[in-house]
Parts: sequence; structure tokens; C-alpha cells
Amino acid sequence: MTFLMSSIKCSLIMDYQLNEQQIMIRDLARQIAQEKIRPKAAEYDEQEKFPWDIMEVLAQSDLFGVYIDEKYGGSGGGVMELAIATEELSKACGGIAVCFAASALGTYPIILFGSEEQKQKYLPDLASGKKIAAFALTEASAGSDASNVQTTARKEGDHYVLNGTKQWITNGGEAQVYTVVAMTDKSKGARGASTFIVEKDTPGFTFGKKEKKLGIRASATRELVFTDCKVPKENLIGREGMGFIVAMKTFDSSRPGVAAQAVGIAQGALDLAVDYARQRVQFGKSISSFQGVQFMLADMATQIEASRTLVYAACRHVDSGAKNVAKESSMAKLFASDVAMKVTTDCVQIFGGYGYMRDYPIEKYMRDAKITQIYEGTNQIQRDVIAHHIIRESIAKNRK
Amino acid sequence: MSITVLKDKCTGCKLCIKACPFDAITIKDKCVVIDLSKCTLCGSCVQACKFNAIELKRDVSASHRLSDEQIGQYKDVWVFAEQKDGVVQSVAFELLGKGRELANKLGSRLCAVYLGEKIDSQLNELFWRGADIVYAVESPKLKDYLSESYSKALTQLILEHKPEIVLCGATSLGRSLIPRVAVEIGSGLTADCTGLDIDSEKKLLLQTRPAFGGNIMATIICPHHRPQMSTVRHKVMQEATVDKSLKGQVVKKIIDEDKLISRTSLLEVLKEVEDTVNITEANVIVSGGRGLQGPENFKLLHDLAVVLGGAVGASRAAVDSDWIAYSHQVGQTGKTVCPKIYIACGISGQIQHLAGMQSSEVIIAINKDPSAPIFNIATYGIVGDLFEVIPALTAKLKQILGKSR
Amino acid sequence: MHIVVCIKQVPESTDITINPETNTLVREGVASIINPYDMYAIEEALRIKEKAGGKVTVITMGPPQAESALREALSMGCDEAVLISDRAFAGSDTWATSYTLAMAIKKLDNYDIIICGKQAMDGDTAQVGPGIAVQLDIAQVTFIRKIDKIDEKAALVERMTEEGYERIEVPLPCLFTVVKEINEPRLPSLKGKMKARKAEVISWNSQDIGADPERIGLKGSPTQVIKIFTPPPRKGGEMIQGDTEEVVDKLTNILKDIVAGC
Repeated sequence: MTFLMSSIKCSLIMDYQLNEQQIMIRDLARQIAQEKIRPKAAEYDEQEKFPWDIMEVLAQSDLFGVYIDEKYGGSGGGVMELAIATEELSKACGGIAVCFAASALGTYPIILFGSEEQKQKYLPDLASGKKIAAFALTEASAGSDASNVQTTARKEGDHYVLNGTKQWITNGGEAQVYTVVAMTDKSKGARGASTFIVEKDTPGFTFGKKEKKLGIRASATRELVFTDCKVPKENLIGREGMGFIVAMKTFDSSRPGVAAQAVGIAQGALDLAVDYARQRVQFGKSISSFQGVQFMLADMATQIEASRTLVYAACRHVDSGAKNVAKESSMAKLFASDVAMKVTTDCVQIFGGYGYMRDYPIEKYMRDAKITQIYEGTNQIQRDVIAHHIIRESIAKNRK
Repeated sequence: MSITVLKDKCTGCKLCIKACPFDAITIKDKCVVIDLSKCTLCGSCVQACKFNAIELKRDVSASHRLSDEQIGQYKDVWVFAEQKDGVVQSVAFELLGKGRELANKLGSRLCAVYLGEKIDSQLNELFWRGADIVYAVESPKLKDYLSESYSKALTQLILEHKPEIVLCGATSLGRSLIPRVAVEIGSGLTADCTGLDIDSEKKLLLQTRPAFGGNIMATIICPHHRPQMSTVRHKVMQEATVDKSLKGQVVKKIIDEDKLISRTSLLEVLKEVEDTVNITEANVIVSGGRGLQGPENFKLLHDLAVVLGGAVGASRAAVDSDWIAYSHQVGQTGKTVCPKIYIACGISGQIQHLAGMQSSEVIIAINKDPSAPIFNIATYGIVGDLFEVIPALTAKLKQILGKSR
Repeated sequence: MHIVVCIKQVPESTDITINPETNTLVREGVASIINPYDMYAIEEALRIKEKAGGKVTVITMGPPQAESALREALSMGCDEAVLISDRAFAGSDTWATSYTLAMAIKKLDNYDIIICGKQAMDGDTAQVGPGIAVQLDIAQVTFIRKIDKIDEKAALVERMTEEGYERIEVPLPCLFTVVKEINEPRLPSLKGKMKARKAEVISWNSQDIGADPERIGLKGSPTQVIKIFTPPPRKGGEMIQGDTEEVVDKLTNILKDIVAGC
């Protein structure tokens, strides 16, 4: 039981050259994770309850605005700031952290492609945390193959009429602002998709089944059902047909966030495992004195450090305004999530039998880690993206 | 505090002489003179004077060290006899127990101070517990504790009778009252002492108290100011035994009602309904932590506490999860307790918790986790399931104790 | 409404050891925080301000490093911060500390309420709050668990006691000490932190507050610490083995004797 209470001390040894504001964000997120999230993580996981009280704390602390322009009430950072906050929150609970990060995912389409009016209307409330957002792309038959979206948006006068069902939408039912991808012209395939802002309580917009999940159980994952749902034409993001560009660029900005979530989960698990290994006595010695355990700890720490460095590099690359960031963004997500899965599995191993018991917090990290290999593009899709890019880069080089 | 007569304003009218309750004022050359050895700085003369000729400076000072001669004027060991609903509380008997020991070492008298509405029913108990003298101030204004009324009354008694040592329980009353009195008088105070002794050579009170949550002990003296004042942790000192052959003297002091006026007013005293709340008074505490898994399971601890005649405690984790009220919390941010038996159920034993209970006489710990730090300090440890052990223990004790009680 | 909060910077952990050679406390490597009880005081002050308007001034006596505690309070939403720092304050006991803080508070604008945590986590004396009230000659209520009502003239509060609580009416200005139950302190906000970083912290020394040199620091302290030591650690005792029945039997035997003696 001591491990539940044990505090995560500063596990950063390296200087990541964070600026003053980034350090403030890190410290603040760390404090919230430690004081507010950690004591309740098990309860939210067990009850699959959406952590509104924590969302309120995050809102009061201004963390929802770390990646939003000061003009709209944010603190003017970017993907790096978002990643720093997500990592710290994930150390205490991957599920609660994703409620936070998914709001950013839902907000990015507005930041990247929204009109000035849309930004002024939506960003201040999203930056202050008064409202949270969700991004809706996935459908029953449009997972990795996102171009197979069946939800339609038919233009009727000054409205679009949405019909269809979105599946597995994070923050579904809880968020007040949804960015939804729907087909405005099915005949054009991927080029016929468009993105809309849909507010909760719009007539014709209802919620379906809430999923029961293996991990990140504090987060809400739910169906969105659109039945002749009328959305004002002002809510179209960008132009008709830009839906997939919006989605792909959004993922470019959000994948480092998923990667940061993975780094946080892995680090959180390792911190607990090191504490445990120091305290657990077998054969008259603490198990941390056994080389078999020491090597595991060393490998895990090194892998986490490598993924953090890659994630931060990808974040900085995105924030630099670089044009093409898909490869770096995908690499960070792929590597960090695979590390998280391996590290959390090994951490359970260090806890031995206790690790398998739900009384101890470690098995939850392993359950929470798994999703990072799956969502926002499975790791197979990430490899696909990375391979395409390196092959294309090679072709381009040879042409010269 | 200091008092002075402004000779240019004094007309020698003698109004102040009549007003002084302590016969401290005389007239000399058509101007009054205040005998500072009798004056208690009560201010009666200031109010009585129509010419503003007497000035009482309320600014208090610790800077005036007493001379050896002045220190010599302070005698006796005083114990504050805290009362609730007129009844002297057990903490006072503990202080009388310790106070007797200190008084004997100093060769001085042991006195009790009672502030309340009526003392008579309590007198014998105080004498039987060893008080040579009982100073009592009786007033309806002192029925319940009010910081200002109590501190004015006690300050006046101390200034008048000059005790060498003043002890008071480190209760919520004591820790609110005595700091006021100490500043008012300008003497030193040591909080929440767990050890008291006399330096046989210098005749000084050695006050030992925990700091840093009990990780450090400090011994403190108050060499140049009198009285030497301490608040003393409840349940640490042995109660004075009752000896019905003992007799003493009662000195009833009358203090002007106007002086007992308090700016705060007590509207209501509410006792928490449950009898298992008062963990600072209890001899047995059954305490629960995160291992209880939910609020409903505190019932198990409550049942055991009732059988043992004890109270229910809790760790911070349990209180923060809203399983039980804060008044039950033991530890650094809760209460410090010192019962005969402390039964820790599903409490891992964080240092903050240990700080609040590690001076308990016997600690019994029940926890599933064999590496829980609570076992490092427990007198008896059980690695097991509290949901099995506690109900079985309650049933068994009910059987045995039920018969004898 | 002007609310003054007195805070103290304390070591993060009370797990402090003594250097056996120098016989002093080893404090290196222990981070400093705002005394946890003072966090409740800050939060309550901010809540009063949010309801009744006005400002919150946070004040501390301590070494120059204590400025970081004041900045943290500013980042939570306090308006002004005052650091009272002077080598001459070294060695202050609770008497000298309450005198010093009272002198500084006198120098501030008219105050309505002074709030302190019930005690500091390191010293655990709970004496400074009441001491300030006496020095300033204002009413005090200690161990407050709830403020029911407050306006410019008076407050209605609940004071925690061993058995329950008391409801007390108190005129302003007055001094409160508060317990944990009163609220849940807010965390600082990012914007608050950024503002606090640039905010001015007023710094006063003993002359600034007009303190009598005889009443501050070691000189002004009636009590003296003559010895510090580590208490003998409590040792673990016997582990009771066996099935539930055996364990219960053994426990019953232990308990019944002690309970009979109570």
C-alpha cells in the first residue's frame, strides 16, 4: 500500500533546455498530478468515471491554454508545452491525462484551419477550460482506413445536415465542442471530406453507447450519433473537401502529445518500480540489489530517456513551423508507445505477484499503456507513414 | 506593561486609592505613588482617575529581564485546572501529578487555578489530587472558555501571586489561552511538552518537547523571565492519585465583571454526536486507513472501538477520500494522540501518520502488506486481512469483556 | 476588506536528522515549502476576498530565501507580499516572532482580518497566532474549521474543539487561526505564476518596522533551546503469526489485560 502514496520525486536528471515558462508548466502539471490525480487515479479507473473535478483543477491552473495563442486567452505555447503537461499528468494517470490531451486534439482543427470568427468564438472557452473539445473521425468501418468515412454532410441553404455514427470518440458525451469529419461529396472519396464544428445539445446530435475499456478507463469513449443534425454553414472548418488535410495536419500536431502520454506512463511506472525494488526484501536483501533487477531498471530508464528526447525533438520540430512534420511526429509516437508497453510490462514483472493484483497501482500502467500503440493511428500505420516518407525523400534525392 | 503616575496631572484626590483592589496606591506629597510589588497592572486606577494622571502602557515586552532578586519573588508551581461544564478535566490531574513532583524538587507549594462559574463541587477532587492551594475565580462570564476573559483572569492572578511555574494542558483551550497570557505577561512559553524536570543546580524548569513531527526533541529553558510556562501534552504524564486525606486551602478571587468582557461571544457549543470521536481523550483508538477500501467499512472499527471503550481514528488518506470526518484524523495534519492502545488497521504508516501516534503505549498493526512501514514501530504486527481479523476480534472481545463489564 | 495572511517557510519533510558533531539540524537537500496549514489560511483569505472584495497581503518573517514562499502565495492570487528579514531576527522564539510580525502588520494599511495556519509544521507551537492578537490587542479565534458569515463588522465562525465545535461571533478586526478542515487550497495557476515572477515583494528590516532591538531575535526571546536530540526510535515488536483464530486469541489476551487496567 505504501506505493500508492509514494511520491514521484523529480525523475529528470537531464537538462532538456526548457524555458522558464515550460518549467512552470512542468512543475504545475507535476503538482496537480501528485496532489490531485494520484490519490484518485485508482478510483476513477475502477468506476470508469469522467474526472470532471480534475478537469476543473486543470482549468483553474490555466493548463488547457498552454498551446493556445495569447490572443485567445492561452499562454502562447505550442505542441511542446502541451507535451510537457501531458507527460506529467500521465505519470499519475494515463486515463485522466488523455481527457486533457483529447481536448487539444479536438481543438487543433480550429487552431490550424479555423476562421478568425471561429477562433474568437471557440478558443477562449477552450483555453480557459470552461469547455472541452473532442475530435471525431473514426467510424465502425473507418479505422486505419480513415477515407472510408460514411457520415455525410448535405448542404441545405445556410446549413449542413449531418447523418451517421462516429465510434470510439474520446471525450464523447462529455465535451461541449466537437470537430467532426463528414463526407460532403462521397463521389470524390478522400477529397470529398469536410470538417465541422458541432456543439453539444445541437438538435439531432445524440450519444450512443459508452465503451468499457481495458485501460484509460477514466476517459470517456463513446458513440456520436447524428440524425438530420443541422449545423450552421459558418461551422465548416476551412473549405469543403479539406476534411482529410485537416485531420492529417491535426494528427501531425497531436501525435507528439500521444507520445508524451506514453513517456509519462512509462516514467510513472518506472518510478513506482524503482521504489518497490528498493523496499521489497527477498532472500534477506532488497531486490534492487540483484543484478537481474538492476539490468531491467537500467534498460527501462534508458529507453524512456531515448523516447523523451525523441518526443521533445519532434515537438520542437512541429513548433518551429516546419512544413512537413509527419515523419518525425509518427516516429515519436511509434517509439514512445512501444517503449511504454515494454516498460510497463517489465514493471509489473518487477512487482511480481503483487504487480498482478489490482490493490497495487502498477498493473493499471500496463493497461493504460496499450492504447498508445493503437490510437491516433496504430503503430503499423505510423510505420507506414514513416516508410512512405523515407522512400519519397530518397526518390526526391535521386532525382536531383 | 508598565504603569506611571504623571505628577503634573495628579491632584491627590485619592479616587484611585479607593479603586485599587490590591492596596497598591498610597499618597505622598499630594501625589499618589504606586507600589509595583503589589500592583497587578489591572487598570482600575486608570479608569477611576478623572485627570488622566495615570498611564498604563499596554505594550508588552519580553525585554525586561528580571533580576535575581525579582526572580526570587516567584514561588509555587501552578496547574491550570481546565474545566468543561464545571467539571475539572483529567488533563489537570495529569498536571497535578507532574506538578507535585516538580514542587517537591523545588520545595514549593502546588497550586491549582480554576476559572469557572462555581468551583465548590470540584474542590475536594483538586485537594485529593495534591493541590495545596486552589485559586478560583468564579463568574458566569467564565463558564465557558473565551480567550479574552480567561486570559485576563489568569494574567491578573499570575501578576498578583507570582508563581514560578505555570502548567496547562496542551488542549485546544490551553494552546489558545496560554500563548496570550505569556505575551501579556512578557514571559516565555514552551508548547506541547512531553517531558518536564527541574535542573537541580539552577532550579530551572527543563521543558522537553517534540518538534519536526517528533523526529527531533528539544529541551528548552526560560532563565530570566517568570513564570516559566508550559503547555503539556495530554496523556503523557501520570495522573495524580486520589488521597482523600489530603486537604488544602481555597482562595477565591473576585475580579470585576467589566474586566472579564470578551470581544468574542460564544453562541453555541456543539458536541459531535458520536461518542467515538474524542481521540485525544481515548485510552484505546482503533484507526483505519486506505486499506479499509471505503467509508462503509469504518463500521467494523467502530464496533471494535465500542467494545474496547475507545474512539475511532483515521489516516489522512481515509479522511481525504471523505470516508470519515476530519475530527478523526491522526497525524501531522490531524491530531496527535497518545493512547494506551493504538490499533492501526490498513494503515501503511507514512511518516506523517507516525508523527501523530508513535508515542502510544502499545501499537497493534494489521496490514496486508508485510513491508508496510507501520510494522517497524508496532508492538504487535499482524500480516493479514483486517476484514477477517477485526470482526472476529470484536466478537471474541464482546464475549469476554461483556461478561466482566 | 484587507486580509493579512502570516505564513512560514518550512522544510518539506519533517524527517530531519541531527548532525552528531555539530549538534545542529541537517537541512541540506530538503526542499522548502509553505507551511501546509498556512495554505489553508491563504485559501480562506482568497475566498473572503472573492466574496467581499478587497485585497490579501501575505507576510512572512524569515531569511531572504523565504521570498519564494511569498511568490508562491502571490501565484495563488494574493495581491501583495511583504518579507520581513533581518539578521537581527535570528533566534527568535514565539514571543519575539509574534512581536516582530505584529510590528510589521502595524505598518501595513488598516487591516480587517489576520489569518494564520493553526501551527507550523516544524515547530508545532501554535503560539504565534494568539501572540500577534495580544500584541495588536485584537480579538482572536483559534482552530477555525468554518467561517459561516463575514462582513465589514463581524464574523460568525466555527471553532474546533476536542469534542466537537463552538460557534463564535467575533468583531473585526480580529485574528483567526485555521485548521485543515476549513477548505481545500487551490493550486497556483500558470498565469498567476507568471505574474508572481515579476511581482514586487516588499522587504522590510527591523528598522523599517520600528522594532525595539531588545525585543527581537535571541535577545527578545524569553526561552532558550539548550539541547536538541533524536528520540530513541521506536522498535518493531513481535509479529503475530497464525490463522485468524490464533491471531484473534493472542490479540484478545493482549487487549483484555490492558483494557482492564485502563
